[in-house]
Amino acid sequence: MEPTALWKRILILLVCGWGILAAVPNLFYAQVERHNDAVAAIAAADGASTPELDAEKAEWPAFLPSALVPLGLDLRGGAHLLAEVQVEDVYKARMDALWPEVRDALRDLRDQVGAVRRAPSPEGVLRVTISNPEGMAAALEAVRGLGSSVVTLTGVGQSTIDVTSEGNDVVVTLSDAEKKATDERTLQQSLEIIRRRVDEAGTREPTIQRQGEDRILIQVPGIGSAQELKELIGQTAKLTFNAVVSRTTDASATPGPRNLLLPSLDEKDIYYIIEESPVVSGDDLVDAQPSFDQNGSPAVSFRFDTTGARKFGDYTAANIGAPFAIVLDNQVISAPVIQSHIPGGSGIITGSFTVEDSTRLAVLLRAGALPAEMTFLEERTIGPELGADSVQAGRMAGIVGLAAVALYMLVSYGWFGMMANVALAVNLFLLVAVLSTIGATLTLPGIAGIVLTMGMAVDANVLIYERIREELRNKLSPPAAVQEGFSRAFSAIMDSNITGLLTALIMYWIGSGPVRGFAVTMGIGIITSMFTAVYVTRFIIEIWMGWKRPKTITV
Amino acid sequence: MAWRLKLVPEHTSIDFFRWQWLTFGGSFFLMAATVVIVAVMGLNFGIDFRGGTTIRTESTTPVDVGAYRAALETGGFEDASISEVFDPSFRADQHVAMVRIAPVDGAESVTEEVITQVEAALKSVDPAITFPSVESVGPKVSSELIWQAVMAVVLACTGIMAYVWMRFEWQFALGTVVALLHDVLVTVGVFSLFQLKFDLTIVAALLTILGYSVNDTVVIFDRLRENLAKYKTMPLRDMMNLTANETLSRTIMTATTTLIALTVLIIFGGDVIRGFVFAMLFGVFIGTYSTLYVAKNIVLILGVDRGDKPKKTKGGEFANIDA
Repeated sequence: MEPTALWKRILILLVCGWGILAAVPNLFYAQVERHNDAVAAIAAADGASTPELDAEKAEWPAFLPSALVPLGLDLRGGAHLLAEVQVEDVYKARMDALWPEVRDALRDLRDQVGAVRRAPSPEGVLRVTISNPEGMAAALEAVRGLGSSVVTLTGVGQSTIDVTSEGNDVVVTLSDAEKKATDERTLQQSLEIIRRRVDEAGTREPTIQRQGEDRILIQVPGIGSAQELKELIGQTAKLTFNAVVSRTTDASATPGPRNLLLPSLDEKDIYYIIEESPVVSGDDLVDAQPSFDQNGSPAVSFRFDTTGARKFGDYTAANIGAPFAIVLDNQVISAPVIQSHIPGGSGIITGSFTVEDSTRLAVLLRAGALPAEMTFLEERTIGPELGADSVQAGRMAGIVGLAAVALYMLVSYGWFGMMANVALAVNLFLLVAVLSTIGATLTLPGIAGIVLTMGMAVDANVLIYERIREELRNKLSPPAAVQEGFSRAFSAIMDSNITGLLTALIMYWIGSGPVRGFAVTMGIGIITSMFTAVYVTRFIIEIWMGWKRPKTITV
Repeated sequence: MAWRLKLVPEHTSIDFFRWQWLTFGGSFFLMAATVVIVAVMGLNFGIDFRGGTTIRTESTTPVDVGAYRAALETGGFEDASISEVFDPSFRADQHVAMVRIAPVDGAESVTEEVITQVEAALKSVDPAITFPSVESVGPKVSSELIWQAVMAVVLACTGIMAYVWMRFEWQFALGTVVALLHDVLVTVGVFSLFQLKFDLTIVAALLTILGYSVNDTVVIFDRLRENLAKYKTMPLRDMMNLTANETLSRTIMTATTTLIALTVLIIFGGDVIRGFVFAMLFGVFIGTYSTLYVAKNIVLILGVDRGDKPKKTKGGEFANIDA
């Protein structure tokens, strides 16, 4: 029997050692979790720690790996929501905001187009009737002039609006390219708002991800119910622009009548005293984008609607040189100084921003309120007790299943069965190690996948052993029989595992929720079991045969 | 010789084609029966596929299905279905039931009021009742999920067929896929016949059955390919019997270990995944059966090209990957 090359042996041992080391934290789940939480809490507080945190941190030695398999909602309890963002809401808002601009543009052409009035139209469409149809061409041109060009990967140069004529009406809609870009923005904005609000609630490991074109999946472990989660993300963030009275480091300063003392979002220990009644509120904000000021430093440009623009214009004209505060949810995001009168309802916030800062601020500004309604297509609440019961059941099934399969292998193959069982145990460790390292969430079907993998993992061993038995019957010497058994069984092992892997891949690709969790453990289990059944078992048998040099073997 | 547990004697010579009309024919009869059963009785779809809400209730007092139903009927939920759940792992005073409510007509999303009303109605029967899980799926998502599930099974079959074709020959690929469809269909038939709840996890189980069954079939085909090269003149039917007998010990051994793991799961795994595990348990039985009694028959009917060019008959162009 050809011995495995030394480097291969070392590699096999290294992989097994890593697997065991990386899987071990999961045996002390509660301890390691407290340790990880404490480490995260200390890091969040910039290294500041408390004796309690230190004690929790000390529960698990820092030199050992501390990655855990994250538990899915069905095991930990929590809430799951699948929301669909009504992107069309934004089309309507955009068209409504466009109407005053169209009216003003056409009013300038009054002698050509006559009287202008808005005609009833479905949501997301702006229909304007002009009394003098001869002026249609001029009207179309003027309205088209209001569009700007969409900048996306696919639609460079296209206008943001489609303008057509129907009889006496000018019909304006968002162009397809702009709709696409708008949808994208709406989704990003919604994601950002939801993330912010869920994070503020301080729950552990929430999953907030986009699904498909216009859906958002939100999974929050540890929250009481889906209803609670809906209330949490449904809250409107309040954005206001207020006059600043003074800036202070005193957290207990008295703000004075009709003033408020608010903390700064970014600057530590800085507080602002601002006037309670806002100059303009976020309801008046139409858009905010990261941009650059005339010196080329990152800034945020924003735009108000007409009412906001008027109020903001009047205020800035009267208060040049004074700071004003941008307040979001009772925190001062930034307090720039008004450089000049800002008449057009659009302005630019400068400061010592990095590009990341300005992008974030723009998002926050836009993130005032959810840009569009959300409908909930799917919601699930799982109580923590049910999750704990499931973990308990899964653990029990795992232990009993492992013992039963191991016993069966032992009585079927004797000493060789024992060696296969060692490989099976290594396989379990490796599987858990991989799950922890890549952070794949473990669900209840996932546990079933692990238990099933144990049953199927020994298949490769069975194939090999049955083959060795046959070769022994053909009067081959023990080393030759083992060699033949391994090499001849290999093609069957490959074929059967590749087809298994194929189904796991398809399950992962198409499936959602429980199906995915199952597919992940099954797929990884197939890979690790191939490794352990073929390489680890072979390694153990080689060592044993090299040591004992048996004249006869019984498989 | 040390003692070994052997479920299959060392040498067997079972003629797997002897009762072909019964075994192979019976399989086709079962497949046809499934189609009829599903057409007549339909499937007991879970909310994943039908939309609606399921509420799991838990209480220390025994479940009184009649009282629950009466309370829900007064609340306006006439079509609510209530079933008590039993599990050996429950504590003595742990009484669990599942309440299922059909989706509200025309509503695309889930309505919170419905859940609140149902919970209130049940609380009026048993004030100590708790709701460990509440799940709602809107009809829009459920119809997509049906489509996804069908796609998954079709894609998995196609993928497997392509792979087997690549590694063996088209007759083998067809035989494998017929065996796979047989396993999936008959399992679905059992779910329809006994009106067991059919949800997303059952689809995962079906796909696993596919994976298991193809594994089993491929191992036999692999050996058949080897034997085809070894015995040039043996009639195909005899060779298939020889192959199946040679690998029978392994077939039974693997089925047994898998069945052991699944049996443990069905006993200890809790009621939440019982349906899922049951589907797989049944699937492993049927998968093993189809390996022995369906897949080979198709190949035998189609015949294998055993011309004098062994290179070609040994397999497709990727047949030499094995070491």
